[in-house]
Amino acid sequence: MSAIPDPRLAGARMAPKRRMQLSWADPLFRSIIWQVVIVGVVAGIIWYLVANTERNLAIRHIATGLGFLGNTAGIPIAETVIPYNPATSTWGRAVVEGILNTLKVAVVGVVLSTILGTLIGIGRLSKNWLVARLTAVYVETLRDIPVLLQLLFWYTLLQALPEPPNSINLFNVAFITQRGFKVPMLDWQAAHSWALVAFLLGLAGTLLWNRSANRKRDETGEKPAVWPVALALLIGLPVLVWAALGAPFAVDIPKLGGFRNRNFIGGGTVTPEYFALLLGLTLYTAAYIAEIVRSGIQAVPKGQWEAAGAIGLRPMAVLRLVVLPQALRVIIPPMTSQFLNLTKNSSLAVAIGFQDIVSISGTMLNQTGQAIEGVGIIMLVFLTFSLSISLFMNWYNARIALVER
Amino acid sequence: MSSTASIGAPTRERPPASVYGPIAWMRANLFGGIISSIVTLVLGALILWALYGLLQWAVINAVWSVPTTATGALDPTSCRLVHGVGACWAAIGDKWRFMLFGRFPYDQQWRPAICLLLFIALFWVSSDSRFWRRELALIWIATLAVIFTLMWGGVFGLSYVPQDEWGGLPITLILATFGLAFAFPLAVLVALGRRSTKLPAVKLLSVVYVELIRGVPLIALLFMANVMFPLFLPEGMNVDKLLRAQVAIILFAAAYLAEVVRGGLQALPKGQSEAADALGLTYWQKTLKITLPQALRLVIPPLVNTFIGFFKDTSLVLTIGILDFLTSSKTAMADPVWQGVSTEIYIVVALVYIAFCYTMSSYSRGIERKLDRTRNR
Repeated sequence: MSAIPDPRLAGARMAPKRRMQLSWADPLFRSIIWQVVIVGVVAGIIWYLVANTERNLAIRHIATGLGFLGNTAGIPIAETVIPYNPATSTWGRAVVEGILNTLKVAVVGVVLSTILGTLIGIGRLSKNWLVARLTAVYVETLRDIPVLLQLLFWYTLLQALPEPPNSINLFNVAFITQRGFKVPMLDWQAAHSWALVAFLLGLAGTLLWNRSANRKRDETGEKPAVWPVALALLIGLPVLVWAALGAPFAVDIPKLGGFRNRNFIGGGTVTPEYFALLLGLTLYTAAYIAEIVRSGIQAVPKGQWEAAGAIGLRPMAVLRLVVLPQALRVIIPPMTSQFLNLTKNSSLAVAIGFQDIVSISGTMLNQTGQAIEGVGIIMLVFLTFSLSISLFMNWYNARIALVER
Repeated sequence: MSSTASIGAPTRERPPASVYGPIAWMRANLFGGIISSIVTLVLGALILWALYGLLQWAVINAVWSVPTTATGALDPTSCRLVHGVGACWAAIGDKWRFMLFGRFPYDQQWRPAICLLLFIALFWVSSDSRFWRRELALIWIATLAVIFTLMWGGVFGLSYVPQDEWGGLPITLILATFGLAFAFPLAVLVALGRRSTKLPAVKLLSVVYVELIRGVPLIALLFMANVMFPLFLPEGMNVDKLLRAQVAIILFAAAYLAEVVRGGLQALPKGQSEAADALGLTYWQKTLKITLPQALRLVIPPLVNTFIGFFKDTSLVLTIGILDFLTSSKTAMADPVWQGVSTEIYIVVALVYIAFCYTMSSYSRGIERKLDRTRNR
C-alpha cells in the first residue's frame, strides 16, 4: 500500500513550470514590457532635465561640487550653538550651525507639544463642561489657521514688547524685552560637566535598578522600593560630584549696559525669533496631538475602564496602568507623523528670520549661486531627520505593540 | 394630601430639581467635585477677564472709520491714539480690497471677485453626493477654464492682466484647487503603482517618489521650484513664478494624496478585487469600475482633511514672494498710513482661513458620520 505515493503530496498541485512566451497574451511578458516603458520614460525625463541643467550651468559658469563649503561664509548668524565667526568661518560651519538650530527647535518643540497636546487631549474628555468646551475651541481654532500666519502673529506680538531700558523686570534677574528674554545663566565650569556625566550615569543606574526590581516582583510578588535609589543616584550623586570638585557656583545675571545703557550685558538670551517659532509650532502641533490622544483614549473600550475600576484601581492608576498602555498603540503611529510635521514646519523659521538650515542654505544658494547643492543639502538634512524619527518611533511602536499569543 | 386625592388619575410631576434642569446640569458638569469646582471658577474668571479685554479692545475702544483730510487722504491720527488699547478696524475698511485681490487692476477687480464666487460654487457642487458622477470632471474643467480666462483676460474684450499683478485670495484658491485637480489623477496612478504586485519597478518608483516628497518640507520644494526649475528648462524657455510654485504644490500634494488613496485601496475587502478577477475583468476594468470607486468613497473624509492641509500650506508661497492672501495682507500692513496695524489684519486673515477650513472640516465630519451609519447598518 505504502508503495503507491499519495498523488496529493507528489507535487501534482504545483502549477507546471512554464516558459515565458514572447506574446502580448503572456502577463509576465506584458508586465516586463510595461516596466521597461515606464522606467524608460522616467529615466528619459530625468536625463533630459540633467542635460538641460548641465548646459545651463555651463552657460552661467557655475561649477558644481561641494568645494565651496570650504570658503569663508561672511554671513552673520544671530544664534549660534557652536563658535562661529562670520569673518573666518566657512560655509560648511554655517550649514552645521543651521542644522543645530533646526534641531534646537525640533527637539524642544516635540517635547513641549507632546506635553501640551496630551494635557489638552485629556482635557477634551473631561467631565467638566467648561474644560471640555474650552479645549475643543482651542483645537478647532488653532487647526484652522495656517501655521505660518500663527508664527507671524506671535512674532509681531513679541516685537511690540518694550525696548531694553523699559523692559519688563522679573525680580531683577530676568528681563522681557523686544530683543528677547534675558535670563540668568550659570557660569559653566568643568565641575558642572562632571555633575552632568554623574547624572547620566545615575539615570542608567536607576533604570537598571528598576529593571531588577521588576524582575524581583515577577519572582516574589513584591517590588523593592525604587524611589530611594533613584533619589540617591539622580540627585545625590551629581551633587556629591559637584561638591567634591569645589562646588563652583556663579550666576551671570543680565544687567543694563552698553551704549547709554541701551542694551543688556551678560546672561543668556532667548531671541524673539526662536521663541516665536517655538511658541507657534508648539501651540499648532499640540492641537493635532490633542486630537490623536483623545481618539486614542476613546479607542479603549469602556469595559476596560469599568473592569479596572471594579478591581479597585484609583482613577489615575486606571489611566496609567490600563488605559494609556492600550491607547498608546493607537496613538504612536499618527504621533510619529506629527513629530515629522513639526520638524518640517520648523523650516518656516525663514519667514521670521530665525536662521535654521533652510534659511542658511537659502542665503548660501543666493550668494554662491550653488542652487543644486543648497537645495540638496536641505533635502538631505530633512530626509535624515525624517528617517531617524520614523526609525525610532517604529522601534518604540514595535516595543509596545500588542504581543498576541 | 393632594397625592392621596389624585389616586387613579396620576398628575405629571416634574422630576426634582436635583436631577433635572439647569441647576442639576451645572452640578453635574461644572461643580462635580471640589477640584472640578475650583477649575470651573478659575477658568471661568479667566475667560470672563479675557472676553472683557477683547470686548474693550475690539469694540469699545476700537476706531471704525477715520476722517478724510482736505487733500483726500485718510487721516489715521485717531487710530494712532488708541494704539495698544483699541483696534483700528478703519485700516481693514481701507485695505480690504488689496488684501483680497492684491495688485490686480482696481477697476477690473470684479473679475477675481467672480472667480471667488465660482470657486465657492465649485466646492459647493462637488460636496453634494448627487453630483458625484462623471460629469463632475467636466464641470471642474469648465469652471477652471472660465476662472483662468477671467484672471488672465486678453479675450472677449477683457483686458490682459499679467500674472505678477494677480494676488490675494484668488491666488490661494487657485494654488489649492488647481493643485488638487492636477495632483489627484497623479496621486491615483502613484497609489495604484505602489499597490502593484506585478510591476516591481513601478512600485519602487512610486515608493521613492512618495517617501522623498513626504520627507522634505514644502518650503524646500518651493525653493527648488524657484531656483532649480529655471536650470532644468532648456535655454530661453521661461516659466513664471506662479506656475513654478503651482508645479511644486502639485508634486507635493500628489504624494500625500497618494497615501490617502492607498489607504482606501487597502481598506477595501480583498473579495472585491478577487470577484472582479473571477469575472474575467481586465486590470483597468477592475480598477475603474470596482475597486477605485469604492475606495475613493471610503477616503473622502481624509481627502478633505488633506485638502484643508494644502489650503493652509499654500500660504508658504510667502517665502518665495508670491502674493497669496496672507502675503498680500502682510504687504497691506506695510502701508505707512496704517503703521502699527498688524494684529487687526492678522485676525481678519485668520477668520477667513477659519471660515474656509471649518466649513470643510465639518463637511468631512458629516460624511464620516454618514459612512459610519451605512457601515454599521
